[in-house]
Amino acid sequence: MSAAANNIDGLGDGAVIRVRDLVVAFGGKAVLDRLSLDVRRGEILGFVGASGAGKSVLMRTIIGLVPKRAGLIEVDGVDLGAASAGARRRIERRWGILFQQGALFSSLTVRQNVQFPIREYLRVSKRLLDEIALAKLEMVGLAPDVADKYPAQLSGGMTKRVALARALALDPDIVFLDEPTSGLDPIGAGEFDDLIRTLQRTLGLTVFMVTHDLDSLHTVCDRIAVLAEGRVIAAGPIAAMLACEHPWVQSYFHGKRSRVDGARAA
Amino acid sequence: MNGEPLLESASVGGRLALSAGGLWTAERAGELERLIERVIARHPRIGGVDIDMARVQRLDTFGAWLLERLLRAIAAAGGEVRVTGLAEPYRALVARAGEVNGAAPASPRRMMLAASLEVVGRTVMQVGRDIGAAVAMIGALAAALGRAAAHPTSFRLTSMVNQIDRVGWRAVPIVLLITFLIGAILAQQGLFHFRQFGAQIYVVDMVGILVLREVGVLMVAVMVAGRSGSAYTAELGSMKMREEIDALRTMGFDPVDVLVLPRVLALVVALPCLTFLGAMAALYGGGLMCWAYGGMSPDVYIARMRDAVSLGDFAIGLVKAPFMGLIIGVIAGTQGLAVTGSTESLGRKTTDSVVKSIFLVILVDGVLAMFFAAVGV
Repeated sequence: MSAAANNIDGLGDGAVIRVRDLVVAFGGKAVLDRLSLDVRRGEILGFVGASGAGKSVLMRTIIGLVPKRAGLIEVDGVDLGAASAGARRRIERRWGILFQQGALFSSLTVRQNVQFPIREYLRVSKRLLDEIALAKLEMVGLAPDVADKYPAQLSGGMTKRVALARALALDPDIVFLDEPTSGLDPIGAGEFDDLIRTLQRTLGLTVFMVTHDLDSLHTVCDRIAVLAEGRVIAAGPIAAMLACEHPWVQSYFHGKRSRVDGARAA
Repeated sequence: MNGEPLLESASVGGRLALSAGGLWTAERAGELERLIERVIARHPRIGGVDIDMARVQRLDTFGAWLLERLLRAIAAAGGEVRVTGLAEPYRALVARAGEVNGAAPASPRRMMLAASLEVVGRTVMQVGRDIGAAVAMIGALAAALGRAAAHPTSFRLTSMVNQIDRVGWRAVPIVLLITFLIGAILAQQGLFHFRQFGAQIYVVDMVGILVLREVGVLMVAVMVAGRSGSAYTAELGSMKMREEIDALRTMGFDPVDVLVLPRVLALVVALPCLTFLGAMAALYGGGLMCWAYGGMSPDVYIARMRDAVSLGDFAIGLVKAPFMGLIIGVIAGTQGLAVTGSTESLGRKTTDSVVKSIFLVILVDGVLAMFFAAVGV
């Protein structure tokens, strides 16, 4: 199946993000080798792969933090490689990013962190700024008294939630999540998954989620794409993953830690 | 303008009919807020309101919240509202917006006078805490030194040698260059002014005594504080931020033993060496200037220097150097371990470290100068 990398299921129309034949290399070593991937509008795409396989690199390449060697990245039909600075800015306005460690600005309070992109991009009154920031915090499940804390005073789960609130500050269409549930306990991770699902439904988001969390993959992801050997070796819903015959996919979804074989008895 | 948010009002049979349209999104939030505030202001007493949302093209959290704000304002004025025509995808969002911001948000506001008094109070407390922390650090260093003396094998000699390389050996070129220039400048200024009353020869006395007693050690200490004290604070601070210090503690190591003591001792060893080299470079620079600019032959310069300065002048400069190293090390260590979670605090503590150690170095130098003058050395 890897022979026809361009025809694996999932490539087609209705894609918000279209990646074609993307090559990213550090030094002489190609991390992503002619990778193609589509993210469809309104779906939650889970992106898995071995540690160091280049999942985060793909995400960072799409959002423009890592330069590409070759290939095409289109967001909403706009080729990011050829887009003007203004067009790029407009696209960037439409996505929100949750970094793995949160990447909150440590010198700003939680409220200021959420307000930062709004303040920079929109002209709104101080009152609306405050109301919207608190509304966003409440939507990600945080109490209003968190608003005046500094990031250093937050727990891991709260940091992720604040980072999500900041990623959602400008009401983006696309959200990139880099291991959103890593470092959370299973209950916290489950709640975060539910939160992502709820927000995705209420706000109509398209979610690109790099994850290692098998539970997330089972419960919230509409589709899953597997990265190995620098390209997407399989993409499809969880059922397709379970049926996939690629050895890495097999051991990932059928390994000891997978719920399919391990937890079925319970 | 295309997509402009709309909110048209009309009276229909005793009820207020609002017809919404356009984009109710983040980009238009400013315009939309003004529209909504205008409607609220224009109809202070509202009985019943119908809001038709059918012509709204897009709605996001901003639009949903502003709609909710309108609904709450009407409800607060005793009115009753019906919202119609809301497109299916937006219903969940509007319902969600109805649940948030139960309590009106209030940014904390404080009185100016109280705030400025608070700053003064906090600063005083901070000074007290800083002094306490520095004293505690000196105590911890003494204890660590005692432990190292009792168990010499536990002392981190390799680490100390490495630090001496960093703060001593590698600082030699810049210290030589700067002190050379300072010596030359001192001599040039002296020559220029002493020449007016034919006292050029006393430039040698001035350069010799000033360099050996004060300028050499001070310049070197200020440079080391800026160059190495800041690096120590930043290092220790980022180790604190990344929990490396906690990791050391849990393994049964005292961070003062492992990290601070070798660094402080390295400074205590390095500063006298750098001071000696710096003083020599300054004297050389002064001699070169006297020769080139003052027409004084090197023989005369050296002979005069031998008469002008005593071994005591030389010793006083060198005796002060280890204490300067200790001050820089203690302040750098204290500030580094005082870093908290935020990157801002790392920057602030690094600045504090340099400012405080330079201040203390100069203060101590002044006190010692008075002391030596009093005892007549």
